[in-house]
Amino acid sequence: MQFLNTQSTTYHDDVIRKFAIMAVVWGVVGMLVGVIIAAQLCWPELNLGLPWTSFGRLRPLHTNAVIFAFGGSTLFATSYYVVQRTCQVSLFLPKLANLTFWGWQLVILSAVISLPLGYTQAKEYAELEWPIDILIAIVWVAYAVVFFGTVGTRKVKHIYVANWFFGAFILTVALLHIVNSAAVPAGWMKSYSAYAGVQDAMVQWWYGHNAVGFFLTAGFLGIMYYFVPKQAGRPVYSYSLSIVHFWALIFTYMWAGPHHLHYTALPDWTQSLGMAFSLILLAPSWGGMINGMMTMSGAWHKLRTDPILRFLVVSLSFYGMSTFEGPMMAIKTVNSLSHYTDWTVGHVHSGALGWVGMVSIGALYFMIPRLFGQKQMHSIKAIEVHFWLATTGIVLYIAALWISGVMEGLMWRAINADGTLTYTFVESVKAKHPYYIIRTIGGLLYLSGMSTMLWNVIKTATSGKAATANIPAVAAHA
Amino acid sequence: MEITTLRILVTVVSFIVFVGIMVWTWQHRNTSDFEDAANLPFEDDQS
Repeated sequence: MQFLNTQSTTYHDDVIRKFAIMAVVWGVVGMLVGVIIAAQLCWPELNLGLPWTSFGRLRPLHTNAVIFAFGGSTLFATSYYVVQRTCQVSLFLPKLANLTFWGWQLVILSAVISLPLGYTQAKEYAELEWPIDILIAIVWVAYAVVFFGTVGTRKVKHIYVANWFFGAFILTVALLHIVNSAAVPAGWMKSYSAYAGVQDAMVQWWYGHNAVGFFLTAGFLGIMYYFVPKQAGRPVYSYSLSIVHFWALIFTYMWAGPHHLHYTALPDWTQSLGMAFSLILLAPSWGGMINGMMTMSGAWHKLRTDPILRFLVVSLSFYGMSTFEGPMMAIKTVNSLSHYTDWTVGHVHSGALGWVGMVSIGALYFMIPRLFGQKQMHSIKAIEVHFWLATTGIVLYIAALWISGVMEGLMWRAINADGTLTYTFVESVKAKHPYYIIRTIGGLLYLSGMSTMLWNVIKTATSGKAATANIPAVAAHA
Repeated sequence: MEITTLRILVTVVSFIVFVGIMVWTWQHRNTSDFEDAANLPFEDDQS
């Protein structure tokens, strides 16, 4: 079947401009809520005694804002940018692409209103109630049509590896969202899960872990495979490794979810299966990390002068670090210490702030000046400052939570000679207080870096103007 | 067919497909196809 794509001679970048700006705005908002709830853990009075500002309601607001609003907008922006430039064709159905922007912002706005009001399906990272879930599904199908339509009408022979990762992310998230959100509505903004008991838990963590694997990994690997080579000025180290990396990730990630349910009512064999696949995952993860790092060979000197490249390379280091830590924590005996402690929270943030955050920031710094007809960002110095604020913030954050997590895990399992518990629960909470303060400072540094970026982006966008980029002639590669 | 047999089959077939992809990739590692594909991000440089 032959689809027609309007023979536009320029890329459709308008929707990308909107997503890119909103990614930065939502980044600041989501991280601000994160800092507020981190401070609430140190000083509980900061919940102001109101239900709308209590930790239980703001925490899902924080996770939804950073994952789906900041991360999601970044993914929309970068995937639309990359797919056009590597397929050398303009977006398929640009009006529908525009609709995905407004639809996605409406989803975010619904989350910002409904979560503090207490509407929730009580599934982690899938809290939004059923009417919003339906809206997400519609927007996502539109996204898939635009993306795959653009790939299908490409002017070049090959589908670049970044588009494989973006495509897998789009398909899998559709599948995960629809299966896990299946629910029986019990009125407007109230529903019950279609699954019961341990099956419900397993479906939730099949979703939850693959949200990490496909939303927060595959999508951002798509970003990595385009923007690292672009910024380093050299093609990816090994194209064959990127193919093996892709398929290894696809074949293994789906099975790792049970490691979230170690030592629960989930059958033992399912837990072991989840642990085995989590360990196998180290191989594709490090394959991708090495591929990104080796792309830098011959371009390492650029790190001295190029803070954007530094963001991208440090993001790969955090990717390597957290994908080593993850499989290790999935081992049952390690998990018996780490589960339910701050170690898990620290691990998630080394992935989220270090890998997802930094690779997004690098890609946005690359795209934004080009989208607004500028040579570079308004202030390179400010990018430099942002880099050090972000890096210092992450290090403080994860070091504090490693210490407090391992400490509380050890306190919980400590037993006296007569078999009684050495510590009461509240003693472990009290012991964590100083580390919670350090974590809050780390988060505050990361947030101030992001605010610096917002200022820099506004300056760049207002001093430039919307630029139209021409699609190059492709006679040689037709 | 019993569901367990089907599951075993799917697992085994998936594994064979994955090994097949590895072999195919290895055989094509030095072809110009891969080089062309790897250079796609740079086709777009106008300056």
